[in-house]
Amino acid sequence: MPDVHDENDPKPLPPPGSGHLDYVGNQGLLVEQDTLIEPDPAKREEARSLWGDAWRDLRRQPIFILSALLIVLLVIIAIFPGLFTNANPRQANLAKDFLRPPDWTDFFGAGWWGYDGQGRSVYARVLYGARASITVGICVTLAVTVLGGLAGMAAGFFGGWVDSVLSRVIDIFFGIPLLLGCLVLLNAFTTRTVWTVVLALAVLGWTQIARVMRGAVITVKQADYVVAGKALGAGTNRLMFRHILPNALAPVIVVATIALGGYITAEATLSFLGIGLQDPTISWGVDISSAQKVIRQAPYVLFFPAAALSVTVLAFIMMGDAVRDALDPKLR
Amino acid sequence: MTTAVEFGRSERQEPYPGPLLEVRDLHVEFKTRDGVAKAVNGVNYTVSAGETLAVLGESGSGKSVTAQAIMGILDMPPARIPQGEILYRGQDLLKMGREERRRIRGQRIAMIFQDALSSLNPVLSVGHQLGEMFRAHRGASRAEAKARSIELMDRVRIPAAKDRVSDYPHQFSGGMRQRIMIAMALALEPDLIIADEPTTALDVTVQAQVMDLLAELQAEYHMGLILITHDLGVVADVADKIAVMYAGRIVETAPVHELYASPAHPYTRGLLDSIPRLDQKGQELYAIKGLPPNLLRIPPGCAFNPRCPRAQEICRQEVPRLFDVTAADGTPAPGRGSACFFWKETLDDA
Amino acid sequence: MGSYIIRRVLQMIPVFLGATFLIFVMVYALPGDPIAAMFGDKAADPAQVASLRHKYYLDQPLWKQYLHYMNNLFHLDFGTSFTGRSVADIMADAFPVTIRLALVAFFFEIVVGLPLGVLSGLKRGTIWDTLVLIITLLVISIPVFVLGYIAQTVFATDLGWVTPTVQDSEDITQLILPGAVLAALSLAYVARLTRTSIGENLRADYIRTATAKGLPRRTIVTRHLLRNSLIPVVTFLGTDLGALMGGAIVTEGIFNIKGVGNILYRAIGQKEGPTVVGIVTVLVVVYLVASLLVDLLYAVLDPRIRYA
Repeated sequence: MPDVHDENDPKPLPPPGSGHLDYVGNQGLLVEQDTLIEPDPAKREEARSLWGDAWRDLRRQPIFILSALLIVLLVIIAIFPGLFTNANPRQANLAKDFLRPPDWTDFFGAGWWGYDGQGRSVYARVLYGARASITVGICVTLAVTVLGGLAGMAAGFFGGWVDSVLSRVIDIFFGIPLLLGCLVLLNAFTTRTVWTVVLALAVLGWTQIARVMRGAVITVKQADYVVAGKALGAGTNRLMFRHILPNALAPVIVVATIALGGYITAEATLSFLGIGLQDPTISWGVDISSAQKVIRQAPYVLFFPAAALSVTVLAFIMMGDAVRDALDPKLR
Repeated sequence: MTTAVEFGRSERQEPYPGPLLEVRDLHVEFKTRDGVAKAVNGVNYTVSAGETLAVLGESGSGKSVTAQAIMGILDMPPARIPQGEILYRGQDLLKMGREERRRIRGQRIAMIFQDALSSLNPVLSVGHQLGEMFRAHRGASRAEAKARSIELMDRVRIPAAKDRVSDYPHQFSGGMRQRIMIAMALALEPDLIIADEPTTALDVTVQAQVMDLLAELQAEYHMGLILITHDLGVVADVADKIAVMYAGRIVETAPVHELYASPAHPYTRGLLDSIPRLDQKGQELYAIKGLPPNLLRIPPGCAFNPRCPRAQEICRQEVPRLFDVTAADGTPAPGRGSACFFWKETLDDA
Repeated sequence: MGSYIIRRVLQMIPVFLGATFLIFVMVYALPGDPIAAMFGDKAADPAQVASLRHKYYLDQPLWKQYLHYMNNLFHLDFGTSFTGRSVADIMADAFPVTIRLALVAFFFEIVVGLPLGVLSGLKRGTIWDTLVLIITLLVISIPVFVLGYIAQTVFATDLGWVTPTVQDSEDITQLILPGAVLAALSLAYVARLTRTSIGENLRADYIRTATAKGLPRRTIVTRHLLRNSLIPVVTFLGTDLGALMGGAIVTEGIFNIKGVGNILYRAIGQKEGPTVVGIVTVLVVVYLVASLLVDLLYAVLDPRIRYA
């Protein structure tokens, strides 16, 4: 979405709890009935919490189960790539293995998916490449969630000049395209590791979460129960962490999950452009870039890392979609 | 004033001898994630020209769902009408084709919704939204439609209609918006208007004005009116007869004043007792105990039995039909019915 | 409205200064010597290096360099690149190419993305909906450089319909393939956003009212449903057009299009400070203006929005 501006925010936010609960509208009716159905107090407790409801919903969603399984598998591969192959991803035998085509009978072996232009096992490189992608994705997401989350919460909660200053800072960082900024930043480093890339993406990428968090906090702050808490004399910390944060978290989690896939793509793109990861780190982006030269003779050298990258991004986007659907009661 | 809605008058139907609308044994259910919710379970009622029927009930009682079934604006699925008839001038609406049905909607049977702000399109001017009635149903030109819209706004007493016809819904006050909804329903002079909680969203002072306007226009055009509400106070002045709904059934019907004077169903009784009254100042207000039933699992027997102070074994086993109610001295009371095995006892209590 | 625009423009000033300073810091303050990079592997003459440093103000403190740059910029002077070419010239060559490519991509987003979203939103739960969802999900997941290669290999190398790289960027037919690749991601977003928006509006009370008025389905869909549902889509498209104007590093690289992205990528690699800062400065302005225009557009589309 476009730029969200502090006090000029043009998008009217619906007042909290203004879902069409009380009268019969096509879907409104079902919502209305949901509140009437469920006489059993124990069960009602579960149904009334957003998180409980979302979890109940997620467990039944095939998309969620599929993406969760994929992510678990990818994380295992990232941590223990050696479990899935004996081949060494860095071992290169140009003379013997130069662009040797896949041997489909060599299950889980070095030659299963063929060899690349330097005589290295594509299968092993795809497995070992998972680590960089997953690490970058998860670490950047954690970093921007903490960084952006705190900034957005401070801006939304305190308002006033704190908000004005923070919002301008957010605008400044937002004005520089993520990929472009990372290219400039990373170009300054002659040796780049996973952590350099994480740093660059986090420093330039925290604004999205900050904006979402700020918006969510402002919405929640106006909710009756927070006003009530304030009237009852709840302290700042208590208000922020007990009342506002838990209720503002849902949109942040949704955006963060979907963004995770985006950070993985960003890392691969930077590496592809030659300004991301470098040897000895194994990266799908670098492998795809070098496969470009041999795409005519050996398309599989490009196909497997590209497919691995796409499946990984897909898994996180599907997860984000499923979480969003579950957390957004409007879409039920 | 009389020329105001003349454009629609040419299509006005001849008076119909019987009831304009007759709902017979209507059932509506909704498929939900947790099972089938039975929202309407055998509703019967009739409305004649010039008559006002108030349908009273809590949210979830099926009063609005019945209205939406009549209008044909239920989303199907998840909604389903497994059984029942809705006769308009003797013809079953449920058996009509889509196009035939559409022509009746808005033109012969119109509806007024509760929340005019969300029920009006926020990005189209009120003039456009009013004019659409003439354009869609009568093929009016743009200019003609606009002129009609201004007349309609005058008719529902919106000041400076000419200047305001191009304004958007959010630029009007709540009361004015509801007048626009009424004007829209009235545009083609329908036989029957269904008003679903038309004043609930309004301030008390405005409520009375809007209600009076509605009643006045209804009398003038001799329309049938179904007034859906949960507010006993609203209906007293304008309704001719009342149907009280509970868990998708009609539990009591009566001419309006008789219902107030001597309810024949414990639920109605409970509703009346829970209205604050000045002469009971200082006493604790009565409340019906328990919660409205879960529509997925309506209790067997009389749906009200878990909350009923008078419930006996029979109430848990058998669904009471709508018994004819007679006055205490045995003389027949036309139009009265109660779906309670103990209607006589309830009546005597009063 | 007027005072709103003035206020917004005033707010842009610190953002503009901040963003340009940020990029200035990233280009000039971080390690890496552009003058040394100029000479490549050759040993540089120290005197020559010093004179070059002086010429490009590299011997001054960073804030002085920045002030000097801003002063020049104020006189519409973007400076000269280390190769001696004026940055304004470089941009005058690159921007028209990028704008043409952006317009082709934008065309695809509207002509393909929008109808897909409408189809999917109106036929929710049908096979069409599922198909659109799956295709857009795939397009979102596949990185643009993979998509670019596949497109290049299939349509240019295998089928021979087009040349693998763009020879003449003034020939729109050559920009069709890169434009489609560039559009793919946003196109998928447009389709999904349209679908979601239609889904939300379908349940709105005013749609129920329109149905109860007995309007024909076509009127309900075009006058009421689409008119409302497309508001967020149009604002997304507006923002995206602003972003597309910034050039596409990957797409321009794959198809060898001499646009802003390509120039920028090379300039970054060669530590061509003046070129990088110059282009990014223009991009920041484009972004700021685009977001202001989008907000104004929003007010035009939705009468409830009034800026004061």
